[in-house]
Amino acid sequence: MKERFTVGMARNIFYGGGVFFFLVFVGLSFGTVRDLPKRDNSQNLTPQVAMGKKVWEENNCIGCHSLLGEGAYFAPELGNVYLRRGPDFIKSWIQSQPTEVAGRRQMPQFNLSEAELDAVVAFLKYTSGIDTANWPPNIEG
Amino acid sequence: MTYTSQSVARLYFIAALGLFAGQILFGLIMGMQYLVGDFLFPLVPFNVARMVHTNLLIVWLLFGFMGAAYYLVPEESEQELHSPFLAKLLFWVFLVAGALTVVGYLSVPYATLAKITGNSLLPTMGREFLEQPTLTKLGIVVVALGFLYNIGMTILKGRKTAITLVLFVGLLGLALFFLFSFYNPDNLVKDKFFWWWVVHLWVEGVWELILGAILAFILIKVTGVDREVIEKWLYLIIAVTLITGIVGTGHHYYWIGTPEHWQWIGSIFSGLEPIPFFMLMVFAFNMVNKRRRQHPNEVASLWAVGTAVMAFLGAGVWGFLHTLSPVNFYTHGTQITAAHGHLAFYGAYVMVVLAIISYAMPILRGRTANGPRAQGLERRGFWMMAIAMIVITLALTGAGVMQVWLQRMGATPLGFMQTQDELRVFYWLREGAGLLFFVGLLAYFGSFLVKDEARVAV
Ligand code: HEC
Ligand code: HEM
Ligand code: HEM
Ligand SMILES: [Fe+2]
Repeated sequence: MKERFTVGMARNIFYGGGVFFFLVFVGLSFGTVRDLPKRDNSQNLTPQVAMGKKVWEENNCIGCHSLLGEGAYFAPELGNVYLRRGPDFIKSWIQSQPTEVAGRRQMPQFNLSEAELDAVVAFLKYTSGIDTANWPPNIEG
Repeated sequence: MTYTSQSVARLYFIAALGLFAGQILFGLIMGMQYLVGDFLFPLVPFNVARMVHTNLLIVWLLFGFMGAAYYLVPEESEQELHSPFLAKLLFWVFLVAGALTVVGYLSVPYATLAKITGNSLLPTMGREFLEQPTLTKLGIVVVALGFLYNIGMTILKGRKTAITLVLFVGLLGLALFFLFSFYNPDNLVKDKFFWWWVVHLWVEGVWELILGAILAFILIKVTGVDREVIEKWLYLIIAVTLITGIVGTGHHYYWIGTPEHWQWIGSIFSGLEPIPFFMLMVFAFNMVNKRRRQHPNEVASLWAVGTAVMAFLGAGVWGFLHTLSPVNFYTHGTQITAAHGHLAFYGAYVMVVLAIISYAMPILRGRTANGPRAQGLERRGFWMMAIAMIVITLALTGAGVMQVWLQRMGATPLGFMQTQDELRVFYWLREGAGLLFFVGLLAYFGSFLVKDEARVAV
C-alpha cells in the first residue's frame, strides 16, 4: 500500500482539497454577506454609530472588554451593556473613571468629548440590536 | 552549516528570543493585574500590557518563521540565499518598526498613537491582535513582500522539495490573509466576519503548513528517515488541515450576527480539526522510532516530538473542548478561551520555533550539537516551560468552568466582577506557574551560555 500511495498522490490531495474547500468557504461567505442585513442591525447604522465604532477602536476598549464574546476577558462583556445598564449609566460611568478603589480593576479616564460619548453609546446601542442567536445566555454577559 | 548565507538566520533567532522574554514579562504583569486590579495603573493599563504581550508574541513568531526559512531554504534548495543583504536589511526594518510600535504603545495613550499615525486616513487599529498603527501594518506588508521575493527566488533557482514548496505556500498565505487586516467596515458584523480571515485562517490554516514544513525538516535531519516517507506524511497532514480548517472558521460565526446554519457547518468541520494534529503527533513518534541514526543533538528531537504532543493537546484537545456550538454558547469569551489560546499557541507555534532554533543554532555557531551540559540545561528549560504552560492551562480551565457556572448558568447568575472575585485561587495558580515559566525561560537562555565541549561527530 505504501508503495502504491505515492508522494504525487498525497500532493494532489493537498492542492485539490485545499483549493476545493477554499472555494466552498468563499461561496458560503458570499451567501452570508448577502444575508447579513436580516440580522446585522445595519438599518440602524447611522454616521453617529460609525463614529462610535471609531471611538471604540481608537481607545482600544477591546483590550480589556469583550464585544459579542470576542476580545479580552478582564472586564465585562459590552455587546449587551446597553440592555444591562442603559445609556445614562454608560455615559456617566465612562466620565467618572477611574474608580480608584484600591486593589480593584481599573478602567482609565479617556477624556472623551460630549459628542464622542454619545457616539460610543449609540455604537453600543446598535451592537445590542444585532441578532446573536440569543447569545449571551443571560444579561450578565 | 552548508551554505554561508544561512547565517542570517542567527540574527532572526536572537531577536525572536529577546522579544519572547519581553512577551512573558508583560504576561506576568497582566497576571498580577488580574489579582491586584490597580497594579501599575495608570502607568501600564491592562489593555496596554495585553497589546504588548500578544503583539510581541506574533512578531517574535514571525521572526522565528523567517529565520527558519532563511536557514532551511538554502539547504533544501542546495543554493545560496538569493540576497543575504536584503535579508539583513529587512531584519533591521522589521526590528525597528516593531520596537517603535511597542514604544508607542507604552509611551502615549492609544488614542494619541492613533492620531499621530494617521489612523483616520485608513482606520485599521483597535481590533484584537491587529492593534498596530496602519503604518506598522504597511511596514509588515513591505517586509513580507521582500522576504517572499528573497525566499521565492532561492527556491526557483534550486532544488524544489516538498518542504520548501509547503513552506512557501504557507508563508504566501500568511502574507495574503494579512491583507484582510486593512478591511475595517463600519458594520461590526462584517468587520468581525473578515477579522477571522486573518486570525483563524492564520493559526488553523496557513501557519499549520509552516509548522508542518519546519517539523518535517527537523525530523529528516535528526532521524535520517527517507525523505519520501516524510514528504508523504507532510502532504497528507496539511491536506487534512485545509480540508477541515478552512470551513472550520465557522466555529467563530455562531454568535456574532451571522446566519445560524454556521452552527452546523462550524461544529462539523471544526470538530474534525483535531485530526491533523493527531496525525502530526503519530508522524513525529513514528519517525523518531524508525530513526536511522542517533543525532548528537538529542534535545532537538525532544523539542520536535514535544511540539507535536503539545500542539495536539492545545489545539486538538482544548480546541475540541469548546468548539461544538452548544458548548461554545456557554464558554464563548470566557477563561476557557484563554486556556486554549495559551496551550495552542505555545504547543504549536512557540515550540516549533524553539525546535528549529534548538536544531539550527548550534550549527550556526559552528558545531553539530551542544555538549552534554548545555543540552542538559536546555532540557530542564524545556520541561519547566512545558509543565508551567500545562499548569497555566489547567488553572484557566478551572477558572473558566467556574465562571460559566456562576455567571452563565442557574437562575441567579452573578455579575462579571463578582464572579471574578470567586476565581482568585485559579489566578494565583496561573501567576505562580507563570513565574515557573519565566525561570524555565532563563534556564533555556542559560543553555546558550554554557561553555563545554561541543559535540562535533555526526
Ligand atoms: C484598562 C482596561 C479597560 C479599558 C481599556 C476599558 N475598560 Fe471599561 N471597564 C474596565 C473594568 C475593569 C470595568 C469594571 C470595573 C468595575 O466594575 O469596577 C469596566 C466597566 C465598563 C463599563 C460598565 C460595564 C457594566 O456592565 O457595568 C462600561 C460601559 C465600560 N467599561 C465601557 C468602556 C468603553 C466604552 C471603553 C473604551 C472607550 C472601555 N470601557 C475601556 C476596564 C477597561
Ligand atoms: C509562551 C507563552 C505564552 C503564550 C504563547 C501566550 C499567548 C497568549 C495569547 C494568544 C493571548 C490572547 C488570548 C486570547 O485572546 O484568548 C494571551 C493573553 C494573555 N496572557 Fe499569555 N501567553 C504566554 C504566556 C503567558 C504568561 C506566562 C502569562 C502570565 C502568567 C500570561 C498571561 C496572559 C494574560 C493575563 C492574558 C490576557 C487574557 C485576557 O484577555 O484576559 N501569558 N496570551
Ligand atoms: C495551533 C492552532 C490553534 C491556535 C494557535 C489557536 C488559538 C486560538 C486563540 C488565540 C483563540 C482566541 C481568539 C480570540 O481572542 O477571540 C482561539 C479561539 C478558538 N479556538 Fe483556537 N487555536 C488553534 C486551533 C484550534 C482548533 C484545532 C480548534 C477546534 C478543534 C479551535 C477552536 C477554537 C474555538 C471554538 C475558539 C473560540 C473560543 C470562543 O468562542 O471564545 N482552535 N483559538
Ligand atoms: Fe478558530
